[in-house]
Parts: sequence; structure tokens; C-alpha cells
Amino acid sequence: MVNYVPVLLILIIAIGMAAVIIILSRFAKKRRPTHEKLMPYECGVEPVGTARERQSVKFYLVAMAFLLFDIEAVFLVPWAVVFRGVVQSQVYRHLKFVFYGEMMVFMVVLFVGLVYVWRKGILEWNR
Amino acid sequence: MTNLLLEWVIKTIVILLILVTAVAYVTLMERKVMAWIQMRVGPNRVGLGKFRLWGLMQPLADGLKMIFKEDIIPLQANQWLYVLAPALSLIPALMTFIVIPYGSQITLFNHTIELHVTSMNVGLLYVLALTSVGVYGIVLAGWSSNNKYSLMGGLRSSAQMISYELALGLSIVSVLLYTGTLDLVEIVDAQRGFHGLAWNIFHYPLLILVFIIFYIASLAETNRTPFDLPEADSELVAGYHTEYSSMKFVMFQMAEYLNLITASSISTTLFFGGWNGPSVGRLPYLGPVYFTIKVFVLIFMAMWIRYTVPRFRYDQLMRFGWKFLLPASIVNIIISSTVILFMR
Repeated sequence: MVNYVPVLLILIIAIGMAAVIIILSRFAKKRRPTHEKLMPYECGVEPVGTARERQSVKFYLVAMAFLLFDIEAVFLVPWAVVFRGVVQSQVYRHLKFVFYGEMMVFMVVLFVGLVYVWRKGILEWNR
Repeated sequence: MTNLLLEWVIKTIVILLILVTAVAYVTLMERKVMAWIQMRVGPNRVGLGKFRLWGLMQPLADGLKMIFKEDIIPLQANQWLYVLAPALSLIPALMTFIVIPYGSQITLFNHTIELHVTSMNVGLLYVLALTSVGVYGIVLAGWSSNNKYSLMGGLRSSAQMISYELALGLSIVSVLLYTGTLDLVEIVDAQRGFHGLAWNIFHYPLLILVFIIFYIASLAETNRTPFDLPEADSELVAGYHTEYSSMKFVMFQMAEYLNLITASSISTTLFFGGWNGPSVGRLPYLGPVYFTIKVFVLIFMAMWIRYTVPRFRYDQLMRFGWKFLLPASIVNIIISSTVILFMR
């Protein structure tokens, strides 16, 4: 548990670095804001419309699909870490195939999910 | 306890200093490699006083220039998010380096020092988690700039990153089947022996396929060509960092190169034996040298690919990630686990 203190340490140091960089740039610059410099960039013309319009729903669908397969990965990681130990041990010799088969069933179910997403066309057009 | 804390602080500061210098010189390396591949010379004039020094002071000059540029915050932008986004991109990029082992053990001033800041039992998962947090910086940058190009660039970039994160994570699962641990220090320790050449990729040859998938996914994850449509100069202006100037832009660039260095470091740790190499048992100082050489070779490969291959169109990119890399990494897991089940 004490192994995780350096994470806090480097978090604090990294936040400090980022803060120093931002503050440095605030005080070391010339401040000459003109109207053109402060406008959003649109290839030199006045911006047409706001940037807060609706975006395509494709991004949301990709995020949902990512979520599902990421949860699958979350289940796969602990299984993978203990897999070799279990399969090569003498104690669980009789459960080798059960251990393997269960996860294969899980992966097949999620693979079917991928095929469904594929056939529904979510991975198409702008993708 | 204070001894331990002091050791951590010193190691962290040393690693961060080396990293920041490394990032600066990776930018120079990028420009030089780009130049030589394009049959020209690249920056070779910025020296010190009267000495040319082959352009080695270029990153210093660029850094100073960037500090003194005007820091414009557009009026329409969400002020706090606009300032937060580059920090949110940079901080996770810096945090990954504490779990990577750079060497075995050296003895300095009568102390035995292990050359890794901490040996977390979930080191690899920690690195993956930080990569995922890095996506926030990009999407916030795109959103808070209040600029249509930034928003589209940010959304596309983050959609690309999360799609390839799946292939990345699942190929790491393939490696985990062989190593049996998430602790990077233990993964490298298990690759000792045989004159320092018992790397995972020689010991388990199926890992070559996994390495290829991992490397391609990490190139896409760090938004490098051929996957850099969301930030390429001639597409969507400059994508999510259109509205950024001066040091905030520098923070984005630093985060990008840090991500590249992280991806290369994780690749060498998982596949190429980390700090292992010939006669590293007798001369422990060779550990960091071998590690640096391997990371350098992988970074050079990334740059080589960048200046050789044209970039993917966005739909080709997403199709490749979802329809090819993801099924390929799943199939790899199935093959690897079957091999481990039946052989040995």
C-alpha cells in the first residue's frame, strides 16, 4: 500500500509544473489584445454561427461501444493474470478446461455483440 | 519512512528532469529525422555564442520563444476549461513514468538503489488508466475553444483515441497471459537470463503479432501519423489546439511527445526486455543504457513511419481500428490462451 505514495508525489509535482508553466506565460508575455486576435479562428472570416451546435450522434455511439468492450477488457485482465498460474499448477489440474472454457464463452458472447454492432452499421460511414 | 520519502522525491525529480530534457530533444530529433528522410539537413545552426553545436540548442531557443509569445485567450472561450485542458493533457502524460523500471539495482554512496520509483502491483493497469485520462484534455480543449474546427477536431481525436485504446488494452491482455503479473518491474525481471537476451518477444514468438498490434494502436493512441488527421496541419486547421498559443500549446506538444515516449517505454518493457541486455548482471549501469537505446529505436521507428506513409482518412482510420485491430487482438487472446493451455 505504501507503494502508491509516489503517485501522489508525482501528481503534486506535475500539477506544480503545469501551474508554473501557465503562470510563467501569463507574466512573460506582451499583452496587446486586438479584436481580431480574440475572435475564434475561421480561416480569416467572421465566424458563422456558434460552435455550440449539435454534433453527430456517431460519436456517442462509438463511446457506448467503447464502454462495452472496455468492460470486457476489465473482466479479461484479472483472468489473464492468473491464467498461466492456474493452468500450469497441479492443484487445479482438473479445472483447466473449465477455467479456459468459461472465459471463451464470455468472449464469444461479446464477439457476437461486436458482430451485431458491425452489422447494424455503427462502425460505418464517417468511421 | 522519511528515508523512503526522500528517495522517492529524488528519483521523481531526476526522472522528471530527464524527461523534460528528453521531450525537448525528441522534438529536435523529429525535425532532424524528418529532414534527413526528406533529403535535407534540418536545424543545424542554433549553437552557443560562437559555436554552432550542430543545432543542439534549438529546443532551448524554441522553448524561450514560446514562453515570450503572446498568450491569447479568445473572448468566447470558457476561461477555466480553456486553461485546464492542456494541464489535463500534460499531467497524466508525466505521471506514467514512475512505474517503469529503468534498471535493476545500483550501489551509490553505500546505498542500494532500485532503478524504479515504485513497484506497483497493478503498474500496467495504472499506465492504461492514465492514457484514458489523457483523452479528457483533448475533448475539453476542443469544446472550450468555442471554435467549430477545434470542436470537430477534438471530438474526432477523442473518438479515435478511445477506439484504439480497446485494441491497446486487449493486446496487453495477450501479454499478461504470458507474464502472469501486472507489475512492470516483475515483467522485466522475468526477462533476465540467457545473456540478457531472454526477451519476451524471443521467448514467446507469438508475441510478435501482439507487438505489431500494440505498436500500431499506440501510434493511433498518441495521434501520430498515419493516424494524425485530427491534428494535421492541412486538415481542420490544427484540430483541437487551433486556439492555443504560447505555453499552453507547448503543453499540448509536450504531452504528445511524452505519450510517444511512454508508448515506446511500455513496448520495450513488455516485449523487448526493458533494461535487459548482454552482461547487465555484472555492470548494472548498463541497464538504463540498454533501455534508452531500445526506446530510442522505437521512437525512431515511429518517426520513420510518420515520414514515409500518407495519412488515413478518418473513416478508414475508424474502420481499421474497429473492424481489423479489435477482432485481431481478440483472436490473439484466444490463440495465446489456447497455446498456453495445451503446450507446456
